Amino acid sequence: MGKPASTLAKHADALLNWVDERLPVLEFWDAHLAKYYAPKNFNFWYYMGSLALLVLVIQIVTGIFLTMHYKPSAAEAFASVEYIMRDVPWGWLIRYMHSTGASFFFILVYLHMFRSLLYGSHRKPRELLWIFGMLIYLLLMAEAFFGYVLPWGQMSYWGAQVIINLFGAIPKIGEPLTEWIRGDYFISDATLNRFFALHVVAVPIALLGLVVLHIAALHQTGSNNPDGIEIKQNKDEQGVPRDGIPFHPYYTVKDIFGAAMFLLLFAFVIFFWPDAGGLFLEHDNFAPADPLVTPEHIKPVWYFTPFYAILKAVPDKLMGVILMGCSVVVLFFLPWLDRSPVKSIRYKGAWYKILVFAFAIAFIRLGMLGMAEGTPAQTWEMRVWTFVYFAFFVLLFFLSKGGKTKPVPDRVRH
Amino acid sequence: MGPRSFRVSVALALQVLLAMPALAVGPAQLEPSGVNISDTAALQRGARLFVNYCLSCHSADYMRYNRLAEDLDLGEELVMDNLVFRDAKIGETMSIAMDPEDADAWFGKAPPDLSLVGRARGPDWLYAFLRSFYQDDAGGWNNTVLPNAAMPHVMWPLQGIARPVYATHRVGEREVQVIEKLELASPGSMTPEEYDGAVRDLATFLVYLSEPAQLKRKSIGIWVLLFLAVLVLLTYLLKAEYWRDVH
Repeated sequence: MGKPASTLAKHADALLNWVDERLPVLEFWDAHLAKYYAPKNFNFWYYMGSLALLVLVIQIVTGIFLTMHYKPSAAEAFASVEYIMRDVPWGWLIRYMHSTGASFFFILVYLHMFRSLLYGSHRKPRELLWIFGMLIYLLLMAEAFFGYVLPWGQMSYWGAQVIINLFGAIPKIGEPLTEWIRGDYFISDATLNRFFALHVVAVPIALLGLVVLHIAALHQTGSNNPDGIEIKQNKDEQGVPRDGIPFHPYYTVKDIFGAAMFLLLFAFVIFFWPDAGGLFLEHDNFAPADPLVTPEHIKPVWYFTPFYAILKAVPDKLMGVILMGCSVVVLFFLPWLDRSPVKSIRYKGAWYKILVFAFAIAFIRLGMLGMAEGTPAQTWEMRVWTFVYFAFFVLLFFLSKGGKTKPVPDRVRH
Repeated sequence: MGPRSFRVSVALALQVLLAMPALAVGPAQLEPSGVNISDTAALQRGARLFVNYCLSCHSADYMRYNRLAEDLDLGEELVMDNLVFRDAKIGETMSIAMDPEDADAWFGKAPPDLSLVGRARGPDWLYAFLRSFYQDDAGGWNNTVLPNAAMPHVMWPLQGIARPVYATHRVGEREVQVIEKLELASPGSMTPEEYDGAVRDLATFLVYLSEPAQLKRKSIGIWVLLFLAVLVLLTYLLKAEYWRDVH
């Protein structure tokens, strides 16, 4: 704190001191912002985390306003969403921000996770950080699923039907379990009501808690960087990492620029392409839920389709559900599957570049196939990419131990 | 992986994805409807067709008459005089008097509400559907886009009556009669070109009806994007200034 220049600044200083004696505000500010040192070589991929946090805030704020007008009842839900779209002042904007935000949340989270694969951010000592991140991802999928049911359109209804029925594949307890989830013999008003409770109260609280843990774990170990070098191992006389810069102001101003860039893209979609050609808002969901009419082609929203394709690739329902579960669970073990002495892709051999590249293509292609009608040829293609998806983890485990690496420099490069 | 190798791998990934066999995109491609939502005159003509030919069986329960008056530059008086046929106030929705249970009994299936049909089906489908009615040999109405639709051809006085021309296809051993095209058997009050134009107007109105906010959405969006573009520039300059001493 500099010398107070005026009486007003003096009063502000006094107030801050008064609060700081009772709450460690300045200590927190220093520990997490002004004296929290982040590597100076963050690149494009390092915007995703702060942007995901921004979208989380957007989802919570727009969600609160939507809740003021939405009616969680099977008889009124669909009409109340249209009421928001037409009669609530700026309701369409709030709704599009929320629906577009859901898809962008997943885009950002997928890029954020892919960043980990590139630079080994999940590797020791950041395993717990990765696990908290994976739990956030799981909760995000639950949150998105519950949220998608709320407009009570045809895809809300039949998508929920398909996903809840997956639990029915479990032997013995499957049927009673689906009934317990629905709260009824079929998807009904009771189901909608409980999904609303989970979507607006239970899951968001858990999500926020996990985000706090995720950031706390990050600030304990410090950020990784594109070179995969631990900057804390090279400190100057004051104990400041030589390759570190204070998060504030350097990364606060950089992330503000990132946020502005992101909002430009976000606003473009909201104002000019809110349904993203049926990807973000599906055409069939503009027809109200009708338990008597099954849509021709039921598919989940795009961010679930890679896993849906793995499910569909297996002829047996139970085995498909198990394999789909494995495809998510296996991600938790990534920190231990990669045994390379080197973290970043920059210092790993071609073997790792090929593996990550094949994995990314498999994931994208499975996502595309998961939306398709499912011709026999497409089913076979899904099997190929499902194989590639799982082969990535197996090969990673075996190739990473002795795989070729390059020497890692002592200091970060740009 | 430096910026250059990153660009190379992105380019490579795109090539691999594009080289893969394209995914089937549902049913046969529909003819583009040429719907232009900012054509207010088309919207006004479409609204007129909608209240005259659709609104007695179909409802538009989420649309209010006064919204129509405002968005279509019509004024409330004009709407009340020309577009409201039942005892309704200007702030009410475009609902109908038909009881859904009666409608079920009369048509086999209650005519669906049309508030959102423009978004559920899209303009090209609507344009094709309303131009694909024909009278079968038994004298009943049918439709090539939605076979065995419960809906009769309400606008036949405008289009006239079309009849199917069959072609024979061989499927393995069997011979199958397939409708090759529709031929106008008796003309209506409009020429085919005029009828296409009228259907385009109606489809335009239905697309508007499915999201009235879209008229304002884009014009507001331009200002939002301009603001954000300036913000991007300013925040970039701010970042560059702070980062000058980072090497």
